[in-house]
Amino acid sequence: MRLELREISKRFPGVLANDKISISVDKGQVLGLLGENGAGKTTLMNILSGLYKPDSGEIVIDDQVRVFGDPHAAIAAGVGMVHQHFMLVPVFDVVEAVALGAEPVSGPFRAFDRAAARNRIVELSEQYKLNVNPDAKIENLPVGVRQRVEILKALYRKSDILVLDEPSAVLTPSETEELFGIIRSLAATGTTIIFITHKLNEVIEVADKIVVLRRGRVAGTADPKTTTRQALANLMVGRDVELIVPKGPAKPGEVVLGIKDLVVRDDRLELAVQGVDLEVRAGEILVIAGVQGNGQTELVEAITGLRTIDSGEITIGGHHVERASPRQVSDLGVAHIPEDRGRDGLIAFMTVAENYILDTYHREPYSRRGIFNLKAVSERATQGVKDFDIRTPSIQTLATALSGGNQQKVVVAREFSVPVQLVIAAQPTRGLDVGSIEYIHRRIVEQRDAGAAIVIVSTELDEVLAVGDRIAVMYDGRIVGILAGDDATLENLGLLMGGAIFGEGTAA
Amino acid sequence: MRALAGLARRALVPGLAVLTALILGAVVIILTDFENLAQIGSDPAGALGAAVGGVFNGYGAMLTGAFGDPERIRLAFEDPNDRTIATAIRPITETLVAATPLIFVGLAVAISFRTGMFNIGGDGQLIVGALGATIVGVGLQTSGLPSLVILALAIAAAILFGGFWGFIPGFLKARTGAHEVITTIMLNYIGAQVVLFALLGPSLRAAGSSQPISKNMSAWVDVPSIISLPAIRLDYGFVASLVMAAAVSWLLFRTTKGYELRAAGFNPTAARYAGMSAGGSMMLGMALSGGLAGMGGGFLVIGATGQLTNDLSGGIGFNAIALALLAGLRPSGVVAAGLLFGALTTGGKVMGIQSGIPFDLLFFIMAMVIMFVAAPGLIRTIWRVKVAKPAPEIASVAPTAPAEPV
Repeated sequence: MRLELREISKRFPGVLANDKISISVDKGQVLGLLGENGAGKTTLMNILSGLYKPDSGEIVIDDQVRVFGDPHAAIAAGVGMVHQHFMLVPVFDVVEAVALGAEPVSGPFRAFDRAAARNRIVELSEQYKLNVNPDAKIENLPVGVRQRVEILKALYRKSDILVLDEPSAVLTPSETEELFGIIRSLAATGTTIIFITHKLNEVIEVADKIVVLRRGRVAGTADPKTTTRQALANLMVGRDVELIVPKGPAKPGEVVLGIKDLVVRDDRLELAVQGVDLEVRAGEILVIAGVQGNGQTELVEAITGLRTIDSGEITIGGHHVERASPRQVSDLGVAHIPEDRGRDGLIAFMTVAENYILDTYHREPYSRRGIFNLKAVSERATQGVKDFDIRTPSIQTLATALSGGNQQKVVVAREFSVPVQLVIAAQPTRGLDVGSIEYIHRRIVEQRDAGAAIVIVSTELDEVLAVGDRIAVMYDGRIVGILAGDDATLENLGLLMGGAIFGEGTAA
Repeated sequence: MRALAGLARRALVPGLAVLTALILGAVVIILTDFENLAQIGSDPAGALGAAVGGVFNGYGAMLTGAFGDPERIRLAFEDPNDRTIATAIRPITETLVAATPLIFVGLAVAISFRTGMFNIGGDGQLIVGALGATIVGVGLQTSGLPSLVILALAIAAAILFGGFWGFIPGFLKARTGAHEVITTIMLNYIGAQVVLFALLGPSLRAAGSSQPISKNMSAWVDVPSIISLPAIRLDYGFVASLVMAAAVSWLLFRTTKGYELRAAGFNPTAARYAGMSAGGSMMLGMALSGGLAGMGGGFLVIGATGQLTNDLSGGIGFNAIALALLAGLRPSGVVAAGLLFGALTTGGKVMGIQSGIPFDLLFFIMAMVIMFVAAPGLIRTIWRVKVAKPAPEIASVAPTAPAEPV
């Protein structure tokens, strides 16, 4: 079906989230909707799926003006959403999860006709090559398959227009490729697809047409055949951005971080890091690449003193830190940018100033003998806000009120507010927009050039390739390969990340 | 000026909540005024008028009961002597007397909630603290020490006993993950039984009494009165509660320990990442909390009552939770809310006696106040005002604290 959104506007208190947005997509076409966080993508899609009512403008499907009062109306009109966070009942099997809310019934008591639902699901799964086992339990399925179940759910409800919200955020590179295959085959059979993302490569690869949103407006449209990543990035941000922060060659010095034969267990006491050897030198950036959940988190926690290790050695600047506490590690001049900044790096209901001193509050000039010097705190925090261009109404604003990018800047500003010899940055740009990514990378490169050793853990291949002087690929708790930054390509990294070197034998 | 504006903004929701609750209380008074409502068929205007008059009578009695009777105050000015002055100021001093333990335990609740610990054990900590004060007070009866020295030792014992009673759940949570809501509630029962046991023994029990009541200690130890007039019970325990409010505020917002407590309370994982000991904060926060509640118990038993009974706390622990939330967990707010609750309870008793409106209506009003504070959206809708989202302190004390040991 052809879908058209005409001059959609939606205002929230203080923000014009959508300002006369007009887009259209034809039957069987894939529209890539690109924009930074806060550009209005999600609001627009919530309007399309009936969650919000637009203040003005209309939704037109096949030349018919539609008004969606609620999500049911949108589903009835053939609009199916695949949310970023899956909405599946974990203890259900695929048939139950897909049919939930639209169960076929039979008999006098209108009992759930499982066989009918199952038949239809099998049929759809085959038709679109979704390859989903209808009897598997949701909680036992890998993330990529769960997403296909979500797609199946939309198709089961006879959706002709499918909206995918940041679908690749949780997928491995190969799962993403599979997803693109599915999207293409859906489009080929006449499904209209809107693909929301902030990843430039993906729209270029899969979309037939690209619309870029910026600050609630359509900033421009592009043809994926002719456009470039750079052009799209500039459209998204509204200025010239550097996708790859320029940096000179690394000048590696002394070994700062030394890891020998490290073994660490995860929370379930299973082996997560299984004998890692690694050396990181002053003045270089080592990126640890890999699919989420291959032991990177546990490795970082072991280095930073947050997790007790099973065996092995860790030294930082020559000091053994196998049994050190997080504070002792931090006092050695280690900056830690945690993976989940909302949970681990910030205290949402404390102010920007209070967050700025989160791991240095016990030192002068912030406090002496346990009593704060509030003047020093506010002076330094004000300076940090200025230096790192943190957009906040004041240093007394609660951290939770800041955007993701500005929150991360608070974390980075804090970690870099004292001299560091080692930076451990886990997913430093996850979920950030292009402009913020550029900024954070620039600051990290500055630290490298000032002589710090840098470890970045990343699952984003773009980031891995953009900043790594050396790239270590982690798979199943081991380092399966170390590449020089210049030798790394999407292909060889992708293979290593899938465990190509060790193969099936060791993949537990 | 900005500070004043901030104060007004913070007081807006609690203020409107109190007002709304009083209005709803008035509605309940009218609807349960069956005598007048029976007349509504024959004389609707008169019946309604009389019912509304009943509200004014009741609330009027509450006001004079809490703050004093203007007529008596006038008399005291015309003929100032000990008796007239005492009668004139007695309501307001009784309000302060009632507020004192509420402020202590309210501060205890505030500090524990700020640490992310849902301390429901204020009652137990208060009474165990009072037991500590009583043991010292009775034990030193024949020591010949000056009253003030015995007082200081008794209050120190109250802090230690209450602090220990608070430390237990903090320790259990930090080391084993035992949820503090369960352990503090259970320790309330255990505390009450410990006190009962102690009072049934011969060493503390009042001579000749078969009831669980301790000896009256006022003959040899007392908290000095602020105003020495007959029948005025107000003593320096109230001043101590204000000092403790200032101290708690200073601790929470001016010291690194307080910062650690708040950080661990809001987000224990981030606190751990920052090198703090979240478990240590839990134990310290709970010990401080218990110590404050125990201190309140100490002042109560040495000062206002003079002897320990096993029903000493009278639900103060639970009212204190409500008032700490009403106060947005701010020490200054705890003082204000403590005074309000003190006034409501003191005035409510007078209302019950003078106007026949049952004292229990006060529980209704207090409960409504808390519900409105917890749901600012309701206040916003009713009064058409712009109010901020729930205070983060309140929003965050919801079950965010992890149950696993840290």
